[in-house]
Amino acid sequence: MKLAFELETYKSEIKPTWCPGCGDYAVLNALQHALTELQLEPWNVLIVSGIGCSSNLPHFLSTYGFHAIHGRAVAVAEGAELANPDLHVIVTGGDGDGYGIGLGHFIHAMRRNLDLTYIVMNNEIYGLTTGQASPTSEMGMKTKSTPIVGVIENPIDPIALALSAGATYVARAFSGDVKQMSELVARGIEHHGFSLIDALSPCVTYNKINTYDFFRKRVYDLNKEGHDPGDLKAAFLKALEWPVMQRDRIPLGLFYRNDKLPTYEDLEPAYKKGNPVTQRLGVEDADEILNEFL
Amino acid sequence: MSPHEIVFRVGGAAGDGVSSTAESFAKMCARSGLHVWTYSSYQSVIRGGHVWTQVRGSPEPVLSHGTEPNVLVCLNQQTMDVHQGEVPEGGAVVYDSDLVKPDPAKVRKGARLLGLPLRKLAQTITPNGIVRNTVALGAAVRLYDMDFAQVEAAFKDIWGDKKPEVVEQNVRAAKLGAGEVEKAGGSLRFGIPFSHEPRYLMTGNEAVALGALAAGVRFHAQYPMTPASSILHWMAAHGPAHGVVVKQVEDELAAMNMAVGAGHTGVRSMVATSGGGFSLMVEAIGQAGMTETPLVAVLVQRGGPSTGLPTKTEQGDLNLALGAGQGDWPRGILAPRNTKECFDLTAKAFNLAEIYQTPILVMSDLYLGEGFRTVDRPDFNVPIVRGMVAADGGVAAGRYQRYAYTDSGVSPRAFPGMKGYQYTAATDEHMENGDLISDVLAGLPEFVEERRKMHEKRMRKLEGLRKDMPPPELWGSPNADLTLLHWGSTWGPAHEAILQVEEKQGLHVNSLEFPSLFPFHAEETLRILKEVKRTLAIEANYTGQFSRLLRAETGYKPDFSFLKYDGEPFTGREIAERILEVVA
Repeated sequence: MKLAFELETYKSEIKPTWCPGCGDYAVLNALQHALTELQLEPWNVLIVSGIGCSSNLPHFLSTYGFHAIHGRAVAVAEGAELANPDLHVIVTGGDGDGYGIGLGHFIHAMRRNLDLTYIVMNNEIYGLTTGQASPTSEMGMKTKSTPIVGVIENPIDPIALALSAGATYVARAFSGDVKQMSELVARGIEHHGFSLIDALSPCVTYNKINTYDFFRKRVYDLNKEGHDPGDLKAAFLKALEWPVMQRDRIPLGLFYRNDKLPTYEDLEPAYKKGNPVTQRLGVEDADEILNEFL
Repeated sequence: MSPHEIVFRVGGAAGDGVSSTAESFAKMCARSGLHVWTYSSYQSVIRGGHVWTQVRGSPEPVLSHGTEPNVLVCLNQQTMDVHQGEVPEGGAVVYDSDLVKPDPAKVRKGARLLGLPLRKLAQTITPNGIVRNTVALGAAVRLYDMDFAQVEAAFKDIWGDKKPEVVEQNVRAAKLGAGEVEKAGGSLRFGIPFSHEPRYLMTGNEAVALGALAAGVRFHAQYPMTPASSILHWMAAHGPAHGVVVKQVEDELAAMNMAVGAGHTGVRSMVATSGGGFSLMVEAIGQAGMTETPLVAVLVQRGGPSTGLPTKTEQGDLNLALGAGQGDWPRGILAPRNTKECFDLTAKAFNLAEIYQTPILVMSDLYLGEGFRTVDRPDFNVPIVRGMVAADGGVAAGRYQRYAYTDSGVSPRAFPGMKGYQYTAATDEHMENGDLISDVLAGLPEFVEERRKMHEKRMRKLEGLRKDMPPPELWGSPNADLTLLHWGSTWGPAHEAILQVEEKQGLHVNSLEFPSLFPFHAEETLRILKEVKRTLAIEANYTGQFSRLLRAETGYKPDFSFLKYDGEPFTGREIAERILEVVA
């Protein structure tokens, strides 16, 4: 069957500027596959990113994009989604952007259960600023900003955070498995509600610890081990497995999915008047509004 | 002071119902056909402290909340202690005789002392005496010879059909108060003519919200902050019925960034805040400038710096607004002088934001934002001009360049959802099509030039914007001995002072005022300043931020200044005194 939109359709003319071997190539590839599988019209997709190596991603796609300031991609995306709920709004960025400087927006967007898909390219390091500790850097990790005793604070556990904040689709993928990542991203975009895909995406230049090899030795598919994504309690236990409880086994796959909860958009009263971008402007019943001031 | 006007002041502790009493009273005045102007002096506390509100009502247009109250209601002792000496001869001091004692040495001669058992009277209606303030309100209504029917009507407006028993209790309470006045000498016999042609009464913040609604705002994001919160309250209650998505957000960073996201999709988008919140918005408003995203930011100033004086007024955020954001980006700053302009200029801001695809700030302050004033009926038929959009401009899809170089600096917009116009907006420096210059191209000779051209394209928008911003206005007699220079809410007290010195001292003073502050109308301002004699700049901040802007833009230095930074609004009287000082 001839597809309306081939994989190539979603590529822009700009070639990615990432280092050879960067995990972000796999994420871009997975996202393109997911868009192709879902056959989304490129003009109805808006990719919003922050700042960081991974946040350059929208430029490499043929959809609409908004390359925002550092840490605010989620907030910009929320505004776009609220203003035009018919768009497919996807947020992409790094761990510094989402779990560090932008953490507040991340948590609040999840508790709103807005219909957004958030792909965090998590490399456990700051790459574009040339190698400082990130909020997901492991304890003890020596970086440019932690050169003496290494990191002395606990890493964020984004999966557990997402589960507690109210995200309704929570998954972890790895750049070493594009097939699984594409599947997780596609289902996340389809999901009616907030989806988080924490994408383990090795930085080949600045993170010599959390390498492809490091992950390959440790990752496993939690769904193949019988985890039920409908079970929130079990999802929490799986979420805590890494990096909170141990560092030998890293679960990948879908931790949690709940399609029964209403999204923010389902409950927003303004949409009774239609999509805000297509509403006619101007007020017809000025008297009714003004009477309260008489 | 004209005896033919109402200057009603009620004071008590927070939680005594001072502001609701004053608000009801202001509404009764407006419905009785008076021009109304209110000012609330309150504190950042929910219970206790000392709060008071003054309501001025006059058959003639008013320009400030006035000075000496001709009826003062003291719901607690502190109000008596602080205000008892201010009531002039012929006025009345109403107080709860069981709780409050006047100091006869401090009360002025000829002011009537009217101690009423407010609480006991209130307790005959509800055991908790909650309608105590309404008893006092009824007394004031009688003292001013107002039509009692307005009392009932106002209460019905406030509580509506939902709580008929509350309306009934309050009407009875007010009647008790009026009856007590009757027993104690009757009204003050001011002879105020009431036309009973109701006037619209609203705050500057409400006028901003109405102006935004008239202009077609469809996204409003805000974090609560005094004195801007009532914009959020009005929008949250009324916006959704008109299709406006109103979002209370986690912080002002989210407010501004969401507004940018919404503006990017093509809706009319706004935020409102005060100085602290605006400080948090600074990085993101620069993002709007860089991505050429229209939005309207309302900045209702309060006393700074830092947390400052949350419930007091100031004009100390002009430097912040002028300098918000790293680097240069084109912005417009409008500064409404009165309630009508809060409506008009907010509506205009949306057009300017979309025509020039850049943020427009609307700066007011607590005095203007929170004060109730009567206004003529706002005209909701405001022009709505959406600016250039790609499909309208005949740009072929597929060859679309979002940031195409143009003479005006304005490039046709495209919105997500428009087929074939896909592009990525970037906060990094970019080329005409939105692709980055910053990463692998910056510094290459061709792109050094490209960066210069793109920066100039954006900044070029200021030239058109300046022409569309309201110009400075010279108000008053053409050949004046002194010209006042001011902006924003100082308008009312400044005009009042000018009229006062003209009437009492026969002085000719006029005023040059600035409904827009940036881009600055330098040529026009200089042309006017060449014709005036001496100038007195009046501003509610320590450093004379406006004078500095004026000097930077024109080289002109005002002869005198009157700077106030105690948190209280200017009064006509103190401006008049300063005028007399400088012309002496």
